[in-house]
Amino acid sequence: MTDLTPVLSATWDAEQSWKLSTYEEHGGYRALKKALGMDKADIIQAVKDSGLRGRGGAGFPTGMKWGFLPPDDGGPRYLVVNADESEPGTCKDIPTMLSAPQVLVEGVAITSYAIGCNHAFIYVRGEVTHVYRRLMQAVREAYDAGHLGKNIHGSGFDLDVTVHAGAGAYICGEETALLDSLEGRRGQPRLKPPFPAVAGLYARPTVVNNVESISSVPAIIDRGVEWFTSMGTERSKGMGLFSLSGHVERPGQYEAPLGITLRELLEMAGGMRGGKKLKFWTPGGSSTPIFTDEHLDTPLDYESVGAAGSMLGTRALQIFDETTCVVRVVTRWTEFYKHESCGKCTPCREGTFWLTQILKRVEGGQGVDADIQQLLDTCESILGRAFCALGDGATSCISSSIQYFREEFEQHITDGACPFDHSASALFEVTESTKATEEAHA
Amino acid sequence: MTYDADTLAQLRKDADEILGRYPVQRSALLPLLHLVQSVDGYVSPDGIAFCADAVDLTSAEVSAVATFYTQYKRRPNGEYQVGVCTTALCATMGGDEIWRQLSDKCGVGHDETTADGKISLERIECNAACDYAPVMMVNWEFFDNMTPDRALRVVDDILEGRDVKPTRGPNKVSTFKETERVLAGFEDGKVDEDQGVGEPTLVGLKVAREQGWKESK
Ligand SMILES: Cc1cc2nc3c(=O)[nH]c(=O)nc-3n(C[C@H](O)[C@H](O)[C@H](O)COP(=O)(O)O)c2cc1C
Ligand code: SF4
Repeated sequence: MTDLTPVLSATWDAEQSWKLSTYEEHGGYRALKKALGMDKADIIQAVKDSGLRGRGGAGFPTGMKWGFLPPDDGGPRYLVVNADESEPGTCKDIPTMLSAPQVLVEGVAITSYAIGCNHAFIYVRGEVTHVYRRLMQAVREAYDAGHLGKNIHGSGFDLDVTVHAGAGAYICGEETALLDSLEGRRGQPRLKPPFPAVAGLYARPTVVNNVESISSVPAIIDRGVEWFTSMGTERSKGMGLFSLSGHVERPGQYEAPLGITLRELLEMAGGMRGGKKLKFWTPGGSSTPIFTDEHLDTPLDYESVGAAGSMLGTRALQIFDETTCVVRVVTRWTEFYKHESCGKCTPCREGTFWLTQILKRVEGGQGVDADIQQLLDTCESILGRAFCALGDGATSCISSSIQYFREEFEQHITDGACPFDHSASALFEVTESTKATEEAHA
Repeated sequence: MTYDADTLAQLRKDADEILGRYPVQRSALLPLLHLVQSVDGYVSPDGIAFCADAVDLTSAEVSAVATFYTQYKRRPNGEYQVGVCTTALCATMGGDEIWRQLSDKCGVGHDETTADGKISLERIECNAACDYAPVMMVNWEFFDNMTPDRALRVVDDILEGRDVKPTRGPNKVSTFKETERVLAGFEDGKVDEDQGVGEPTLVGLKVAREQGWKESK
């Protein structure tokens, strides 16, 4: 059995855990003081040696990303924290910022010092008012205590931090769309290269990192590389938040070493709701190919999940039991991508539209035999041809669900109706009229 | 612009503060749009002209940005924005049923406002609270683990002019305009209000404590 390892979540049950005073009582800002006495290159090296990989989905090595910044040319360089958290299933950064915003602010200060940034930004999605309040206060308290501002703790290092609220657009989580949005434009992705490290915010060298990546930095500096690498697997080091949602007895945040399995996590979570059977789940959000009960023992690290045909993504484990219609869930995810497609490129803009049309028809019992092949062909026309990863991600749930549950798609077509009772997968009684509305909607 | 002198003076003062947060003025546009919503309750023609003036863009350029983002409203919004998550997981867990009952009750559909101007109803996408599904948001505060009955009670309270309290958030939900002022980056003194940390947030930590597990070494 793998033990849980609360690091980021360790203070979440403390009284007023979001206050600077609480954070400092638990050792907060010790790491910043230590970092300010270190050589910048040594901090970057420590993060490289820790093996920390980006926790925002793609898993790019964090220290290496910092190392890509060109040499200092005297002009500004920026750190932008990606706090847009909008990938369906992903719900780890929001509780982190609500309960412990200071760990992020300390991480921002250390990272900024290491990369030579004097103005950092935290781009938080706009639809979380209380989180934005907590972040604004965290930054204000950190200024007042001298952890931010001019000449931080006598080091000569200056840092300003701006907390910036978005306005509702999943695509702004994509790092280059985020930068355009932060520049006051429509949030549409940029052509890469140049990568943000070379030309990012205001065309200056920029590091974009996820909330959880940056929040992991203080502990690495404070407790050391060896401590961090003692958790996890050979190539996936450290701990991470695993977010269980859906048909489990006790959904929520489980902070564990990378490499833990769903079987272990489910045991801690009290098993499946009402002892029902697991049907399918996402290892890393809706953009990662689904898994089934075959994958209960797949170690949840970057390599093993990849080898099994999916991606670790954001460790957003959305879990569905045997009462769930996979066609319905996949249709709804696809509507999400259609809604969120920024419209910049044709494969994604048109493809997500047509995928939704076909899926709705199949789900509603009006599909024809050729629809399944049409879905796969359309996915193939998007995959690898979309301008950014949103388009690719939109195809994952469709191709993987047809791979594992083709008969269920076929059954919708041959029966001319959905074979599932949707009220069985809800947490409460569903009335007849909702069923009728859903059918009309389909 | 048809703002009266006092409103305009306050807007200018706030806009200056917002502009001061960024090294390049155009970056202020998103918070400025939140600011005009805090005054007008939507992105009004006046608001667009004000923003254009503040960041040296044309009205067309500002409109192009505003229409990209779902939080910016093109028509006067209700005093309370009620959003029901109907993305796949919440929908499956009961979000569709909650949506239908609220829509029936309010007599309006997606992106529509009740005749009394109290509620704008919206089917929202995943709001990063999946461990609390099914989720509803009122002026972007969390109403977790909703049932149709609980959701209906919230809506009833709003329609009858009573305060509503989120499950994670301040003691009472602010109005749409007040909320937009917070999103423009102005603190409102409610930051330390709290309804207790939700169970799903603490569940892993609790298991670790019960088992005596600590992070390694
Ligand atoms: C459509 C889309 C949405 C994304 N949303 C987020 C997000 O909300 N938060 C995040 O950290 N990364 C998100 N990413 C990944 C970012 O592009 C980027 O890889 C990440 O912020 C880098 O940080 P990390 O290396 O620390 O993970 C998204 C990517 C795509 C394609
Ligand atoms: S893949 Fe989709 S979201 Fe990405 S650029 Fe193309 S249209 Fe926009």
